[in-house]
Amino acid sequence: MQHSFFNTTSHTMNPSQRSLSGSLQSPRSPSSSQPFLSVSVTDPVKLGNGVQAYISYRVITKTNFPEYQGPEKIVIRRYSDFIWLRDRLFEKYKGIFIPPLPEKSAVEKFRFSAEFIEMRRLALDIFVNRIASHHELQQSEDLRLFLQAEEETMERLRSHENGIFKKKPSDFMQIFKDVQSKVSDVVLGKEKPVEESDPEYEKMKHYIFELENHLAEAQKHAYRLVKRHRELGQSLSDFGKAVKLLGATEGNSLGKAFSELGMKSEALSVKLQNEAQQLLVNFEEPLKDYVRAVQSIKATIAERANAFRRHCELSETMKLKEINLDKLMLIRSDKVGEAEYEYNQLKAESEQATKTFETIVRLMNEEIGRFQEQKTIDMGIAFHEFAKGQARLANGIADAWRSLIPKLEACSPSHRINQ
Amino acid sequence: MMKQEETHLQSSKSQDEQDMESLLLHDPDTDHRLPPQPVTIPHPFNSFLDPPSYAEAIFTSFDNNNNNNSPSSSNPQSPDFSSQPGSGSGSESDSDFLYISVTDPLKEQELATSLVPGGNAYYTYLITTRTNLPDFGGPGSEFSVRRRFRDVVTLSDRLSETYRGYFVPVRPDKSTVESQVMQKNEFVEQRRLALEKYLRKLGMHPVIRKSEELRLFLEVRGKLPLVKTTDVASRMLDGAVKLPRQLFGGEAGAEVSEVAQPAKGGRDLLRIFKELKQSVANDWSGTKPLVMEEDKEFMERKEKLVEFEQQLSTVSQEAESLVKSQQDMGETMGELGLAFVKLTKFETEEAIFEAQRIRATDTRNVATAAVKASRLYRELNTQTIKHLDKLHDYLGTMLAVNNAFADRSSALLTVQTLSSELVSLNSRIEKLEVASSKVFGGDKSRMRKIEELKEAHRVTENAKTCADREYERIKENNRSELERIDKERHDDFFSMLRGFVVNQAGYAEKMAAVWEKLAEETTTYSIDSS
Repeated sequence: MQHSFFNTTSHTMNPSQRSLSGSLQSPRSPSSSQPFLSVSVTDPVKLGNGVQAYISYRVITKTNFPEYQGPEKIVIRRYSDFIWLRDRLFEKYKGIFIPPLPEKSAVEKFRFSAEFIEMRRLALDIFVNRIASHHELQQSEDLRLFLQAEEETMERLRSHENGIFKKKPSDFMQIFKDVQSKVSDVVLGKEKPVEESDPEYEKMKHYIFELENHLAEAQKHAYRLVKRHRELGQSLSDFGKAVKLLGATEGNSLGKAFSELGMKSEALSVKLQNEAQQLLVNFEEPLKDYVRAVQSIKATIAERANAFRRHCELSETMKLKEINLDKLMLIRSDKVGEAEYEYNQLKAESEQATKTFETIVRLMNEEIGRFQEQKTIDMGIAFHEFAKGQARLANGIADAWRSLIPKLEACSPSHRINQ
Repeated sequence: MMKQEETHLQSSKSQDEQDMESLLLHDPDTDHRLPPQPVTIPHPFNSFLDPPSYAEAIFTSFDNNNNNNSPSSSNPQSPDFSSQPGSGSGSESDSDFLYISVTDPLKEQELATSLVPGGNAYYTYLITTRTNLPDFGGPGSEFSVRRRFRDVVTLSDRLSETYRGYFVPVRPDKSTVESQVMQKNEFVEQRRLALEKYLRKLGMHPVIRKSEELRLFLEVRGKLPLVKTTDVASRMLDGAVKLPRQLFGGEAGAEVSEVAQPAKGGRDLLRIFKELKQSVANDWSGTKPLVMEEDKEFMERKEKLVEFEQQLSTVSQEAESLVKSQQDMGETMGELGLAFVKLTKFETEEAIFEAQRIRATDTRNVATAAVKASRLYRELNTQTIKHLDKLHDYLGTMLAVNNAFADRSSALLTVQTLSSELVSLNSRIEKLEVASSKVFGGDKSRMRKIEELKEAHRVTENAKTCADREYERIKENNRSELERIDKERHDDFFSMLRGFVVNQAGYAEKMAAVWEKLAEETTTYSIDSS
């Protein structure tokens, strides 16, 4: 899958390019017979004013899928459109771990810095590409609409969605609360516990919940590390300035030495600020992305619980109806027809619910394996970039200071004496 | 204070850190790739938590030049002469040494004199000296005495009196808020260190190291044979001439030489008063005083030093900030490492998929790198503190310089006061002579008065001669000291800069190695484009 590199210093992650077994999809030269779908999210543009301000993106699709207008189509989308897409996929493809979106930030809207915009663009690009490279999700009609529909159509779809569905677009929290309230209901004895008793599944759920905690902590420290880089950069800058001033009062060779030191210090400050930004994009953001992915899985877990509950309820209800029907048939009631009809309806619904549930179980089992593989790759890339960035910084610092030593020697008094 | 940072660098062990250590050390993959310093392996926790010794084990190679000029952290239990500077100025040979150590603080009780039952407790310190200076009894002598802080105050006061005009190192503070707030042990240790630093500075001063006061302090066992300076009412007032008492009813005597002492600390309130009057006249009256600071070169140098001090103060503050930032970086890096250790442990325990095991290996590598980097930051900081402490030292020196300049001002004030006295005496004598010449046959009372005044004039003139001499002496001391510290400052700061830079470079290289290793370990994930 192709990605455009719009910022040469940041590396776009290609999560779908490699798998652990080593097979590579060749992104640049797809043969015409092989189906491909390649998407880029580019060109962020700030539109609107004040509270209404938002960012629009160009979404470029290159494909040879028959349903798509090809070979290339460009549309303009905004963040809420992405949310629409994610919500639709979540509704339709229960059991599949829908790729996560970066958080909607109400506060930062006013402070759309260039770095923030770029990071969001990148995250959205990754989002769409993950969907486009998922063998089931890429078949989605909603995806096609998202990638191809005219802007007015998209707007209609988006507002339609907001109107009809009670669920707020980015409100996964609500789903959790539903799950949690069910649990507390059980504890209070309001309902019979309707939960799966699959030990492996329990283990997996426990794993997911624990994993989120560990990752959140790692991400927290990663973010702090970014801050520390900025602070150290600032300290070096202030120190450098003060040392330069001190050098100015000295005036002689010592003064020169101080000045050189001050200048180096200021130069290194810049390196640190740069590395801070790199760290944010290449290390902290992937960790955050990982956390979001885990949260997405939690949403799927909640969906599965709902499906299970529904399947159980309908099963129960169906049995009751069956008993009732048999009763009625026995006494040759004239309500038999009605009851039979209702029973058949219910049976169909129940079978549907069971099928839905079983699909979710099957899909989740596939997904979890894929998730683990994908995350290992994603994290591996992030760690590698982290290491490279830190090495680059350290080497830069070492070189800068080393280069100062001969200059210091040249100014030093003992050097002069030995001349 | 920068030296506080060292104690804050040590943190307490926790279960997490023990996990971290066991994870790093018992892992078959990384066992052989651990940092090659053998110090760490037998005592994993100590090495993690004990930066100074670890740092010094590494850093002999980095800045061996630096040890000559900065005192190392000394051992409180046994005297450590190994890294003391040999001499104060570069010109003296290494055979001329005076090493001083302060060790072994002991709590002692004050004897019966106190009103409080149980008595007052105070601490004494063992002062050990090793020297081959001739005044001290010949080559290779080593001797110890016990002193308490009060003795140090006495020494310091006496030195200030004797060595006016010299940049006499300033002694540690008496009691600070810290002494109330800190734990006793910490406070005693801090004081021990401060005393050691102070005495070593005295020993490094080319003139003071030869002083009788210092010798007595270092050599004479038992009670310190230095008289405490009698200090009186006006500590706030600067110098004043002790005018001959016979002017005001005292005996005539050879107290003329007492003009060579500042009025501050003396008994003569009248002198203090006169000099105060003079200084007010200097500041407020329109007329210039009769004697002025003339030495332009001195004025320029003084100004430069004032500016230098200001900038130095700023640099010192920013240096503290820098040290704090480095420390924070090290801490956060360590916490990140810890989080990854936990993550590794978790994934390893819960692993179902091969992908998880691979990821656990990766996170373990990250954890190892982060922990190593964290250690390196801490060590870097310990060394940075040592280097940049020189800045702090010099701020202390500036205090001594200011004191020396104050000595000069007060001596000048004495001269000015005496000059004014002479002028006023002269005019009174003149007036009386004119008046009495108009009386035929002589005016007995006036004649007597004139005689008295003439006597006073003579005495005052002698006093002024003395005061002049003293002023010149102090001026010369100022000058020679300025030259001395100019050179020393040069050398000291150069070695500080060099040490700082070499240190930074060295640790940066070590960190680069750590991260390059991690990059190598994760190279399978690298994106082809770069």
